[in-house]
This record gives sequence, C-alpha cells and structure tokens, in this order.
Amino acid sequence: MGVIKSFKSNFASLFKKLFNKKNARIGIYGPPNAGKTTLANRILRDWTGDAMGSVSHIAHETRRARRREGVTIKTNGHSITLDIIDTPGLATKIDFQDFMREGMEEGEAKRRAKEATEGVIEAVKWLENLDGVILVMDATEDPFTQVNVTVIGNMEARSLPLLIAANKVDLEDSSPTTIRDAFPQHPMVAISALEGKNIDTLYEEIAKRFG
Amino acid sequence: MDLISEDKLDEMAPVEKVRFIIDEVKSGKILVLEKGLTPEEEANLIEITMSQIEPDDFSGIEMESYPFKIDNSLFGKLFKKNTIRTRLTVIGPANQLKTLKRDRNLISALVSAKE
Repeated sequence: MGVIKSFKSNFASLFKKLFNKKNARIGIYGPPNAGKTTLANRILRDWTGDAMGSVSHIAHETRRARRREGVTIKTNGHSITLDIIDTPGLATKIDFQDFMREGMEEGEAKRRAKEATEGVIEAVKWLENLDGVILVMDATEDPFTQVNVTVIGNMEARSLPLLIAANKVDLEDSSPTTIRDAFPQHPMVAISALEGKNIDTLYEEIAKRFG
Repeated sequence: MDLISEDKLDEMAPVEKVRFIIDEVKSGKILVLEKGLTPEEEANLIEITMSQIEPDDFSGIEMESYPFKIDNSLFGKLFKKNTIRTRLTVIGPANQLKTLKRDRNLISALVSAKE
C-alpha cells in the first residue's frame, strides 16, 4: 500500500509540474474579531511550523491581506496543497471612536480606522480571485450578519466551495448549532482555533471541500 | 426614508445603483430596496463605502438583507454559475440605523434621527 501511495503522490507532483497546475487559493473570511488570524496561525503552525500574523482583542488587528503559498495539509491518506489568504475583517462601518473606547489616542485610532478601511477594500477585491472560502464565524455571536450573508452570496453566485468554521466553541456561551441552523446548505465545523479543538475534523473537511 | 421600487433599480446599471445608494445614504436617507442587490453589488457597495469613510463625518453604512435564495436551474449547473434571487434590503447611515435582531425571515431595526 505504501508503494502505491508513494507512486500516486509522485505522479500527482509530476503532473502538477508538467501542467503547471496552480494551488487552490483559499481565503479566510469573516467579520472582525471572529478569529481568522488565530485560525490561519493554527493551520500554519500545524503544517509549516510558523505563523501568519499577530492577534488582538481590538478589532481590525489584521489590516493587510496576507498570503501563504504552498501549505500542504495531510489527512486520512489525502494530501492537499493550498495557497492560504488571511484577510482583514469585513465590515460595513468603521468608526475611529470605537478604537478610542479601547484606550487608543485619537491620532492612533484615526490611523487604525483608515488602515482598516483599506484592509476591507483589499479583502473585497480578493473575493474575485479565490477558489474557495473558509468563513470564520464567532459562535457566541448572531450569525445573520450582513458580512456573512454577503460572503456566502458571493460564493454561491460563483458556485465556489465554502466551509464555515464556527469558532470559539471553547467559550461557554457559544452555540455552533445556531450557525448550522442559519446556513444549513453549507458544511460547518465547530472549532476552537485558539485551543485546537476539532481542528483535525476541520482539516478533513478542507481536504474534502477544496481538494 | 425612501422606498425604491424594483423597476427603478432595474433601470440602473450596477455601478449607477451603488453610486445612487451611497449618495443617498451619505445625505442621511434610509433606503428600502424592493428587490435588493446582487452579492457582487453588495460587495461593491461595501468597497465604495470604505473609500468614503471620513472621521467625524461618515462612519459607514448599516445594511440589512435576508440570506440569498438560489434558483437551481439547469443553466446554472451546466455553466457553474448560479442565479441568485435578491431580496428586500434596507440600507442607511451607520449612525442612524441599527440592527436589533435578525434571522432568516425577520429583520428588526431601530431608526433614529440624524445626530
């Protein structure tokens, strides 16, 4: 069996080189503070050994999209190589006063707000250049946000695969079933990106959906 | 508050529609769109909104729509492009329109006078 697996893996690699097949580009999307970068860090630490970016309890910590090419995920005998794009949190409004309430000086808050608006624009532009999306939702929050509705609609319009990660199930008031009931047409995995809970199930689903 | 008919929306090109909405909302109006926007138009509206945000002036929009419905046509399956049915949508300035509660078929919102 090992010989057959090795042959298949080598053949797939040779096929890819010969026909220059690009890796699937998967965007990690969601509202601010849903845990997108925490998940991106978890995936990269598990499969490449390093991290994607810094995380913070203050919204819009990620203000530039970050792309990591060639992340190979192996699960249940399957192997999939992806380009992963960690995107800034999508929002329809950004008020610098929200950052001031978190203790920032006015100048710093305005600068962060300006960068956050640019980040949202970048995230929206990336939507047109993806092969699939992992939509991260905070399982302690209402899932029917406009950002979630818009991202799901864009993937459905293009017939592209979408996987919902119901994050923060380590928190007591989390309710992943609310998310499942809200968007039953899409696969959902309840995870804690912070603690790694159910992360292997997520990898299996990633391989299934984006492979 | 302006209630915009499906016919009026159909008369406009996507770019005109988004421009019309952003201009009206920036002037303090709340719009109820009978037909709503396509997912691409919604994404475009978010993008334009971000470019218009100014500290102490305009902090963005509140947009409320129901999840989209898909028409599973043979054409869509053949060409891997689904037809999306858009639904009623409410859009207003973020400082005047606030979503209180929302589920698949109900949106509850609070509208306040201009600050």
